[in-house]
Amino acid sequence: MDKRVEKNKHTLHDLYAAMTHDLHWETTYQPMDKVFPHDRYEGIKVHDWEKWQDPFRLTSDAYWKFQGEKEKRLYAVVDAFAQNNGQLGVSDGRYVNLLKLFIQAITPNEYYAHRSFAQVGRSLRGDALRIATQMKSADELRHFQNQTHAISNFNKYFNGMHHAPQWFDHAWYLSVSKSFAEDAFSAGPFERLIGLSFGFDDLLTRPLFASLMSAVAHNGDLSAVSVGFTAQSDTSRHMTMGQEAVKFLLQQDAANLTIIQRWIDKWFWRSYRLMTFAAMMQDYMVPKRMMSWKEGWDMFVQKPGEALFAELAQLGLRKPKGWEQACDGKHHISHQAWNAYYGFGHTLAFHTWVPEIAELDWLSQKYPDSFDRWYRPRLEHYAQLHAAGQRLNNQSVPMQCQTCQFPLIFTEQGSGRWTAYRETQHAGETFHFCSDHCEEIFSNEPEKYSQANLASHQILQGQCYNAGVQENTAGFDRQAAVLDFCQIVQGHDNGDFKNSEDALNFENWGAGQDPQEAQL
Amino acid sequence: MSNVFIAFQSNEDSRPLVDAIVADNPEAQVVYSPGLVKIDAPGRLVIKRETIEEQIGRPYDLQQLHINLVTLSGNIDEDDDQFTLSWKH
Repeated sequence: MDKRVEKNKHTLHDLYAAMTHDLHWETTYQPMDKVFPHDRYEGIKVHDWEKWQDPFRLTSDAYWKFQGEKEKRLYAVVDAFAQNNGQLGVSDGRYVNLLKLFIQAITPNEYYAHRSFAQVGRSLRGDALRIATQMKSADELRHFQNQTHAISNFNKYFNGMHHAPQWFDHAWYLSVSKSFAEDAFSAGPFERLIGLSFGFDDLLTRPLFASLMSAVAHNGDLSAVSVGFTAQSDTSRHMTMGQEAVKFLLQQDAANLTIIQRWIDKWFWRSYRLMTFAAMMQDYMVPKRMMSWKEGWDMFVQKPGEALFAELAQLGLRKPKGWEQACDGKHHISHQAWNAYYGFGHTLAFHTWVPEIAELDWLSQKYPDSFDRWYRPRLEHYAQLHAAGQRLNNQSVPMQCQTCQFPLIFTEQGSGRWTAYRETQHAGETFHFCSDHCEEIFSNEPEKYSQANLASHQILQGQCYNAGVQENTAGFDRQAAVLDFCQIVQGHDNGDFKNSEDALNFENWGAGQDPQEAQL
Repeated sequence: MSNVFIAFQSNEDSRPLVDAIVADNPEAQVVYSPGLVKIDAPGRLVIKRETIEEQIGRPYDLQQLHINLVTLSGNIDEDDDQFTLSWKH
């Protein structure tokens, strides 16, 4: 009975070769270049596609088996959480706003990544790599589905989630994320592979899906943390694919180095800017604090990144140009972002608030070099304004960076004082940027970025009103008109957390954790 | 020398993986945070199928570690018997 059943006699390496490289054939009815017309124009040269191998040696049969197993386990947790009214057990009603920003900004990007990598999988003529990119495409659709399913439970009880796809397309603050997705989607297949699998997945996803998700667990959301962790198990394969692709292409031809370096510079910087949302979530939107963004950055970006680039230096690669500035930014960006979005709180589809005094003390302790000097006084001032019935409501339309589309809220490297601002001319027009690095991305491809859709411009041009709405009429309120156009429900989705419908409901339902009891 | 690391969901399934890693990597350091267990080691970390099988008392397919994996850092090499993370520099 206990006879040990022999696994198949092939080794993992043999099986992998049989189910990837050995599936290759040279087409005869049509020339290969016609079957794969899109993998030469970026200038990348490949001489031997068999040299790319997945270190995990994952074949399609194993892929579906293990993904199926992950889904069974995940949905047991997601379903149990919903059945048990898990939304009542999260630390604090403010936490739900993290999920709102997640489904608005991150989840749509997963869907774009799914589409992007389906195209990459069709475009490249290396079979083993194509299979890995097709797995990534299926994975990203999975992430979109998992996040939607988990957050849909909260949508039954709280505002700010119901129109996430429409907000992604129209809301000014979400264009940071949409422009990132469309930048990749309109790039060539090799750029997408290097930019997203290496520049984003390998360098910058860990603080969002490891340390932030641990903080989410700490705040009682077992459903979201399970979604986040299992997503990152897939992303571990994607970052591995990207890392192997970088090494492979650098070894294939010396001409690839300049191109790969430029893509890494660009996508590290765009990904770093996108992760500002994660910084804000980590420091301001998990009420029961665990680790600061700065600590998460050190552990999951700076240290592994230094190791990775020390390794890749052997192939001629250097760190991305924005590396030092991004590491300096760890002291600042979460605070700068929260400060900005608090002031624009009436234009967002999630709530904002001034943290409690104990929470401000935690931030003071975690950010000894920046918080008390640059950011705490502002937040205390906002609390005073709010108490006096004059909650800050910034009526202006912010200037956005032409490349990353953030409002110009970031300061010069090494300073919490001076707003960083750059501009350049192209074809008779002036374009504005948050940094040298966004300006350089523009200047490398001005035709592309000069055509970017900027919400701030569209609003000021009067393009963001419903039919029949007229400026310069009595009682016209531009902010309200734009919110209506974006389908953000005023008084429900937007505004301060205090006295919001969400806050009142959360309290009436007896939800939340006792801060005293909840100490670990 | 730079660290390599691997992190798993902290649950009953990954417990024998962590125990096996600690047994085979004397310089490994284990850190727990809510839901997550992370293991760092200087320069190299190896996970052996045989050691895991000793822990759990049944056959184990090394690719099963995908199920509870969260993230990792280092050059990866995998075959039927072991999974290694390492840096050359």
